[in-house]
Amino acid sequence: MNTATIKTKINTAQPTSVEQAEKESVYSTRQLNLWYGNNHALKNIDLEIGENEVTAIIGPSGCGKSTYLKTLNRMVELVPSVKTSGEIQYRGRNIFESSYGVEELRTRVGMVFQKPNPFPKSIYDNIAYGPRIHGIKNKKILDEIVEKSLRGAAIWDEVKDRLNENAYGISGGQQQRICIARTLAIEPDVILMDEPTSALDPISTLKIEELVQELKEQYSIIIVTHNMQQAARISDKTAFFLNGEVIEYDRTDAIFSNPADKRTEDYISGRFG
Amino acid sequence: MRYIEQEKVVRRMNGRMVVNRVFQGLFMFATALALLALVILLYRIVSQGAGHLSLDFLTNFASRFPDQAGIKAALVGSIWLMAVVAPTSILLGVGSAIYLEEYAKKGRITTFIQMNISNLAGVPSVVFGLLGLTIFVRALALGNSILAAGFTMSLLILPVIIVAAQEAIRSVPGELRDGSYGMGATKWQTIVRIILPAAIPGILTGSILALSRAIGETAPLIVVGIPVIIQFLPEGVMDTFTALPMQIYDWSSRPQAEFQTVAAAGIIVLMVVLLFMNSIAVFIRNKFDKSY
Repeated sequence: MNTATIKTKINTAQPTSVEQAEKESVYSTRQLNLWYGNNHALKNIDLEIGENEVTAIIGPSGCGKSTYLKTLNRMVELVPSVKTSGEIQYRGRNIFESSYGVEELRTRVGMVFQKPNPFPKSIYDNIAYGPRIHGIKNKKILDEIVEKSLRGAAIWDEVKDRLNENAYGISGGQQQRICIARTLAIEPDVILMDEPTSALDPISTLKIEELVQELKEQYSIIIVTHNMQQAARISDKTAFFLNGEVIEYDRTDAIFSNPADKRTEDYISGRFG
Repeated sequence: MRYIEQEKVVRRMNGRMVVNRVFQGLFMFATALALLALVILLYRIVSQGAGHLSLDFLTNFASRFPDQAGIKAALVGSIWLMAVVAPTSILLGVGSAIYLEEYAKKGRITTFIQMNISNLAGVPSVVFGLLGLTIFVRALALGNSILAAGFTMSLLILPVIIVAAQEAIRSVPGELRDGSYGMGATKWQTIVRIILPAAIPGILTGSILALSRAIGETAPLIVVGIPVIIQFLPEGVMDTFTALPMQIYDWSSRPQAEFQTVAAAGIIVLMVVLLFMNSIAVFIRNKFDKSY
């Protein structure tokens, strides 16, 4: 299946130059500012996020990294008294445009949260939730989506015999992969992950990290993490946030081996944060 | 230098233990007293009224002869009343709760509304009776019908249902909402598919307890002008009727001693109905209870 998708990608990319196709950015953020009431949480953010890459966002608590992630699918607007200025282009269209429905955006941009949050429903109904709200009723199609999504999240073998059991009955690590499968079921383009392993044990964490590596072949992934080793292990690019500003944004190996800014170096070498 | 001296701690220990015991005893006494009052009440009612309970008592209409007096009209009337009160109050109450919790912007106006709902829950039921008399009986010309009384009772228990439903909705974890919104669900889809299913045990428990209150209320019915002696069964919501507490109130205020036993029998019937409704509430809570 993977080879097939890669083939089509190469085929479609061939007419134009391959290099250009690879450099296409999913998100371009320009001069983004965000306030919670009077608290200026994001300051003049400029970021380009690439297709089929894992972009890690690191920084100390309260630096605005989660806020930025939640701005990308406009979940941040659920907090009252949020104001934004500037723009975020997703696939060439400003997501703050008044004609851009948040529901439409969020079916293209899925999100995995810090704490595993399956619905108090069966595993099957959890995965089928997204397709159902978008109008798919056909049982056969739903069955296929459920299997494909669970396989995509590398949890099919563990739960295939208990699809009708409540999703609360499985372990936290499995719940988080159910949540990833649930996100895959809406067939997104981008997956946002907000510290997806911070509530998990090391083995579950490892599984999620491996999964992220597989998923990036088909999806663009943006991951907020507290864990710098994790960012170094799984990401292609890393952005370092501090006090609501992007201090440094570069290829991950460059950031970790040869940071340009003193503050980045201090942070990744554990001198603060 | 240690701040806590072991010697002093030991010396003070006895006093602390005594205080500990005294309060334990005090609280047990309070519980026992409440329980005792309940037992005496139940004993008095049952010993007085059990003799009058029979199938005839349930199938006879009211009569001026105590031995022929039955509760049929009142029992059927109370069921009719509930048939109006339950859908009206639950629909309005849950609707208001959803609006206040999920849609309304938190601000001065919402706080003001919230405060007044809580205040309304404390308004005496007689006042709601007067409101019902003015609006439903007179202004809307519904007369002393089941509909008028039902709407009045609905208003009476509405604040309780709103507050209970709000608490149930608020206790649904925010992560579940995030999960649903994060997949592109609309607010309505999130409410119907995630929030309400998770909140339904709390909503129904609160609603049924509120309905239990409505079925036992007398004052609003008196003010609305519900008759006591009725020799027919209502056939629709526009008919007049009588209800259990009205009937019991009438019997217990009669001079003949025999009617006191009839009233006690009526109270037993009312208590059985109440117990039945509360057990439904417990059943629903246990059946739908989900851990998250």
